[in-house]
Amino acid sequence: MDNSRALELAVGGFVAAGIVAVLVLALQMSNLTQVRVDDAYTLTAEFDNIGGLTVRSPVKLSGVTIGRVDAIAIDPKTFRAVASLRIDGRYRNLPQDTFASIYTAGLLGEQFIELAPGGEERFLADGDRIAMTQSAVVLEKIISQFLYDKAAE
Amino acid sequence: MNPLRRLGQLTLDALARLGRMLLFLLHLLPALPLALGRPRLIVQQLYSVGVLSLVIVLVSGGFVGLVLGLQGHNILSNFNATESLGVMVALSLVRELGPVVTALLFAGRAGSALTAEIGLMKATEQLSSMEMMAVDPIRRVIAPRFWAAFIAMPLLAALFSMVGIYGGYFIGVVVLGVDEAAYWSQLVRQVDFDEDTVNGIIKSLVFGFVAAWIALFEGFDARPTSEGVSRATTRTVVNTSLAVLGLDFLLTALMFGNS
Amino acid sequence: MSDALIEVENLSFRRGRRVIFEGLDLIVPRGKVTAIMGPSGTGKTTLLRLIGGQLRPDRGEVRVEGRPVHRLRRDELYALRKRMGLLFQSGALFTDLSVFENVAFPLREHTRLPETMIRDLVLMKLQAVGLRGARDLMPSELSGGMARRVALARAIALDPTVMLYDEPFTGQDPISMGVLVRLIRTLNEALGLTSVLVSHDVAEASQIADVVHLIADGRLVASGSAEQMRRSDSPWVRQFMEGEPDGPVPFHYPAPCLEDDFAARTGEGA
Repeated sequence: MDNSRALELAVGGFVAAGIVAVLVLALQMSNLTQVRVDDAYTLTAEFDNIGGLTVRSPVKLSGVTIGRVDAIAIDPKTFRAVASLRIDGRYRNLPQDTFASIYTAGLLGEQFIELAPGGEERFLADGDRIAMTQSAVVLEKIISQFLYDKAAE
Repeated sequence: MNPLRRLGQLTLDALARLGRMLLFLLHLLPALPLALGRPRLIVQQLYSVGVLSLVIVLVSGGFVGLVLGLQGHNILSNFNATESLGVMVALSLVRELGPVVTALLFAGRAGSALTAEIGLMKATEQLSSMEMMAVDPIRRVIAPRFWAAFIAMPLLAALFSMVGIYGGYFIGVVVLGVDEAAYWSQLVRQVDFDEDTVNGIIKSLVFGFVAAWIALFEGFDARPTSEGVSRATTRTVVNTSLAVLGLDFLLTALMFGNS
Repeated sequence: MSDALIEVENLSFRRGRRVIFEGLDLIVPRGKVTAIMGPSGTGKTTLLRLIGGQLRPDRGEVRVEGRPVHRLRRDELYALRKRMGLLFQSGALFTDLSVFENVAFPLREHTRLPETMIRDLVLMKLQAVGLRGARDLMPSELSGGMARRVALARAIALDPTVMLYDEPFTGQDPISMGVLVRLIRTLNEALGLTSVLVSHDVAEASQIADVVHLIADGRLVASGSAEQMRRSDSPWVRQFMEGEPDGPVPFHYPAPCLEDDFAARTGEGA
């Protein structure tokens, strides 16, 4: 029947267009560089001040996102902030003397953790703590420091 | 009538309706897998529910995108941040407007049509005669329509968002001169796949379920008179819109609330 | 083999507070055309729905082929319904399907016959009601009488053993009425059916019925052949068969005394 063929064609076109739209939205219009949950591992890092860092903030290595901040808590003994980082399992061989610092993308952009690997032969394993960290740069502190120094001159 | 008594009556009516809705769903759910065995029926319904909603969804998506592009550009240019226009348009569409506006349009276009169709089939004893021919109308009539609505909704929402993003692109880049590369690269960088896209799809699946459920129930529950059917049609549009907006708040709170 | 195909025993049914049947007993003999007649509002259509298992009696039972309909399991009920055709008063054709597809519907739903066989069967059924040429029309293009004949073709598509007709003559012009009268009779003979028709068209119904049951006020008032009914000396039966406006069935709906009602007006309106 001609009629039902036209109908099937229309429906086929509709479904195909819809699926293409979903795929384009999913693959072309969003970042799929996700941490694969099944293969990820967790590191922790202590900071004096995390600034504007939030859960799901990116963790980067040389600018490439390799993980996300999974949770942020306060260590009840030291009163310092502890961030757990969920790192993509493809990057397992981070040296033990990796340095974690909190940076800001641009002047007012979102904050993220940048990892800088050291030269140690042994690697960080799941659950390990990154020993060397540098806290967030708080703009107000720098400005007041600057003004204070100026005033002192 | 005594207002207190009227209030009590309204409450009881609402509860009874809710109960009938749940029973209807309980009857419908086991019929759903069986209906998959006859894909031709679903394809036919996909035509009337999906293809026929396409024009209104695409046109609305385009206009919403244009408006978002214009308003976004207006606001963002105050902060010298017009490069973020793409992100703003895309996030508004993918997270909220795509699923929600599509569901509202769907209620008006396809939902009301479903209710009227089922209601008229009931009023003209077609459902009853089907039953007497030993064919379960829930399985033969309701279930394929449910599948069609459930499948069509996320596809329509995705198309809506796509067209909207290009609408924003047209206003922002072509008309107002935002840098093309910035529009796309910011968009791609900031729209998150499982945070935004997947949540948007989940929303439209939930809305599809609810819109189909309400529309089919109202038709099935309509009083078999022309007045009853017209009332049921109105109720479908009103109730679906309320349910979609309420659920959208709930889902948004659950998905994006704690970050 | 028992003579009764459908037995209604001590049937009671009410809608809300309105009593429709109160202890109704009647028998539909196998192979005959049985007319169930009565004034409008006596629940004749309800009776057909009770026989078809779409409604459940409050008390008593309806047995088809000796089995109580309302106690059947769902699949048994559906199996029974496949052997039962019901012609709705409105025809109840599927408005989105053509005449051909309407008649093919039960075949497609219940059989796995190849398309050529379905085509043959459908054309045969349409031929029986004289509408083979109308197969490509849509229900909206049919006259009322034609729609009812298509519905009849659809009802007999699965070769049922029982045909139930709900007010088949209402709202028909004399010609299509005559066509339907003849069709019901010939189908009953040709297919070896048992037919039950519910009607208040005395002339047409008694013309084709072998057995006539008269019901009123929820119970069986009289039964017998059409001839016996016409000659009955019961004033009630006479009133119904002759169509007299007043008699045992009063012209007035039950109401309080006229004077009281007018006197009460002032009290009610305030």
